[in-house]
Amino acid sequence: MRGAEAADAAFAAGEVQGPLQGIPVALKDNMCTRGMPTTCSSKILDGYEPPYDATVAARLRAGGAVIVGKTNLDEFAMGSSTENSAYGPTFNPWDPATVPGGSSGGSAAAVAAGTALVALGSDTGGSIRQPASLCGIVGMKPTYGLVSRYGLIAFASSLDQIGPMTRTVADAVALLETVAGFDPLDATSYRGEVPSFGRSLEAGVAGLRIGVVTELTSEGIDSQVLGAVTSMLDDLAEAGADISEVSLPSTTYGLPAYYLIAPAECSANLARFDGVRYGLRVEGETTEEMMARTRAEGFGPEVVRRVLLGTYALSAGYYDAFYGRALRVRTLIRRDFERAYEDVDVLVSPTSPTTAFAVGERAADPLAMYYSDVCTIPSNLTGDPGISVPIGVDDAGLPIGFQVMAPALEEERLFRVAAEVERLAAFSARPALATSEVVAS
Amino acid sequence: MSGWEAVVGIETHVELQTASKMFCGCPVVFGAEPNTTTCPVCLGLPGAMPVPNEEAIEGILRIGTALDCEIAEHSVFHRKNYFYPDLPKNYQISQYDVPICHDGSVEIDVDGDASVIGITRVHMEEDTGKSIHVGEGGRIHGAEHSLVDFNRSGVPLVEIVSEPDLRSPEQAREYGAELQRIVRALGVSDVRLEEGSMRFDANISVRRAGDVEYGTRTEVKNVNSLRSLQRAIAHEIERQIGVLESGEPVVQETRHWSEDLGATTLMRSKEESEDYRYFLEPDLVPMRVDASWQARVREALPELPAARRARYKGLGVDRRTAAVLAAAPDIADLFDAAVSAGADVRLSGIWVTGELVAYLRAGDRALDETAVEPDHLAELSAMVTGGRLSATAAKEVLGGVLDGDGSPGEVAAARDLLQITDAGAIESAVAAVIGEHADAFAKLREGDEKVLGFLVGQVMRATGGKADPRQVSELLRSKAGG
Ligand SMILES: [Zn+2]
Repeated sequence: MRGAEAADAAFAAGEVQGPLQGIPVALKDNMCTRGMPTTCSSKILDGYEPPYDATVAARLRAGGAVIVGKTNLDEFAMGSSTENSAYGPTFNPWDPATVPGGSSGGSAAAVAAGTALVALGSDTGGSIRQPASLCGIVGMKPTYGLVSRYGLIAFASSLDQIGPMTRTVADAVALLETVAGFDPLDATSYRGEVPSFGRSLEAGVAGLRIGVVTELTSEGIDSQVLGAVTSMLDDLAEAGADISEVSLPSTTYGLPAYYLIAPAECSANLARFDGVRYGLRVEGETTEEMMARTRAEGFGPEVVRRVLLGTYALSAGYYDAFYGRALRVRTLIRRDFERAYEDVDVLVSPTSPTTAFAVGERAADPLAMYYSDVCTIPSNLTGDPGISVPIGVDDAGLPIGFQVMAPALEEERLFRVAAEVERLAAFSARPALATSEVVAS
Repeated sequence: MSGWEAVVGIETHVELQTASKMFCGCPVVFGAEPNTTTCPVCLGLPGAMPVPNEEAIEGILRIGTALDCEIAEHSVFHRKNYFYPDLPKNYQISQYDVPICHDGSVEIDVDGDASVIGITRVHMEEDTGKSIHVGEGGRIHGAEHSLVDFNRSGVPLVEIVSEPDLRSPEQAREYGAELQRIVRALGVSDVRLEEGSMRFDANISVRRAGDVEYGTRTEVKNVNSLRSLQRAIAHEIERQIGVLESGEPVVQETRHWSEDLGATTLMRSKEESEDYRYFLEPDLVPMRVDASWQARVREALPELPAARRARYKGLGVDRRTAAVLAAAPDIADLFDAAVSAGADVRLSGIWVTGELVAYLRAGDRALDETAVEPDHLAELSAMVTGGRLSATAAKEVLGGVLDGDGSPGEVAAARDLLQITDAGAIESAVAAVIGEHADAFAKLREGDEKVLGFLVGQVMRATGGKADPRQVSELLRSKAGG
């Protein structure tokens, strides 16, 4: 609240800090906030308070935004339902018997329910877009490197990217513009000038070439989701877009490649949680035993599964067959996308193959859970931007998301199409559990 | 070890003395209070990310270029994964299959026997923290508890890997010494072995003389002096020959050198050896060293020890003096400046490698803490060659100059060390001695050279040691009609 008071005072004094001045923002709890616990929803970081702010947190504060809280996630961002949290699951405000998606399910639910006007999530394989889709909000993953990862507790460094989760496309633009741009503390951050992303929000789609990804609009996609997507494609065609079907054959291997690359990187990224310097420590007779006990006690089962998988994939004798092969698939997928963008301006698909699923439904079946990200993973493997925009609800009243993908650094084009989708969908449904009028902006 | 041949390769770690650490802005200092030069990056705090230090890259390029390496235009960092309490991320950022420098060489010389040692690669990595074990003599086993100091964590570390081209403990030692001289000449590290800023791992195997195949090797890790390096390798060669001659195979393993035991002991066997699971560091982008950067580094290289030794040989400096000079660039620079100011090569060589080095060592001083200038050496040299100062007195004068007592002329005058060069004064002193010791002089006239020393001594005594003894003996001889 102190932040809010400061923002009020700044307003009263006529100071202009930025478009987010006084705006309540929620941060996924894998972004470091100085003096505020940052847990990654893991027992291993219980009580941990970082001594520094993540670059995004610092930029939000500098822009006058008020960080109102940290949101729940699947432990270390590993999951698609926000059920894998040491602090308990998050439920979907549209129907608390269903999951909000994940891993940024806390941020998605907060924005959908109106407890925060906007939020930041992180997206490694769909962790912004998929929960945005399941919670009926806008969720966007920027081009890799556009937003600094400094202070984002890494899951898979070559895939992680922070992005906005908002009610509207315009809000997503404003939030992204506040946090994007070169950061000398992140060696992978994009060095070029960051253009204004929102210049073409009103430009419409007339003459734009939109490619529908064959592999992501066929088998395995729920028929109601597919129906909503098809109807949106008709609307876009009517609005003047040139719609065609595009095949990206390598994307079929995206899921298995992702589930080797991400665990491999996470096996190293999570090695530092050993009880030596911070967070949980379970004592042992020797240092090795202390480390082993701390990790056994501190990590949940999904984290353990991925660390083991990743360790195995990188091991001598298995590297080429697993990790090495996954990297080759990643290159093939990149080529598929590059080739596709020679003929179309953007690619589209459903964001999630289904709407929100029941709590517990996929908890015991990791493969079914992993399939939740089949449509979103390719953008992480290519590093290109993607956005999910709500376009309707299914028979159960649960939201359906429409995904737009664009070539790297073509955020302006991505938002232009997303804004048109938003207008055409005129999505106005509100979740059952939304809080009052507080956020009716 | 007749009938056997040793094959040795050495991995040398050199800590660079850059202003800041390899991937963060923390200062690189030795001996600071534990955990005072740390930050989220070098402590491996969650979310912190590495940013490469260009000064460190420049440093490794200087080393690689001095070792005649190829420089990779594009090279990458990898993560080397292993769990250890002093490794804050439990992985070390290092280089794997694409090091920044590769395929170089260095020439070494053991007692006039020169050989070229191949350099496989020179790569960049970050140093670890330091574990301090409390109780039970500082070893990890039995320690009551352990503390970790992360001040060293993230200090830029260069690893120089040699080909298995070394054939004896002496060669290995000379190789280590030559690397130390080269790195010191480059000014990128103080290469103090006792402080750990340079340390060695040696890979050692033996084979029957004439065999082409290498024998099974062992690795001796963390050797921290040149003497230990030579002793450890000598011991390990002897041990392996013993094992083979008793009909047993050498086991591939990592061993530890104990200076106290004078022996290597088993650290871990190959079965226990780590699988480091290297993979590309996703937090960094490939390093690019373009042709113009490479050229700038090449042009900025100082004269290297080997070139210096060759140049001194041409100047007529003896081998020993040349070797000492080549190992101490600052002293060699003083020598060079003195010689170009007109100092005698032989005399200044003796002074700087003798008196000067002893003076610095005795007071634990650096050259720039003394008052000596190249012109001083030129002046001192002129005084000696002009007969105004004896060689012995010159050393005393030099001491005064180093202490800041003034120029050689001033010091010699103040201490009354100047020799009598006035021919008349010496002549009368000689005449007086001849008169006083007529018997002795008579013997000299008869050709008894044995009394010459006695007579010279008498003249020196009469002149208070200020006559030039050579001049005196010539005068005595000519008077004796010799
Ligand atoms: Zn640091």
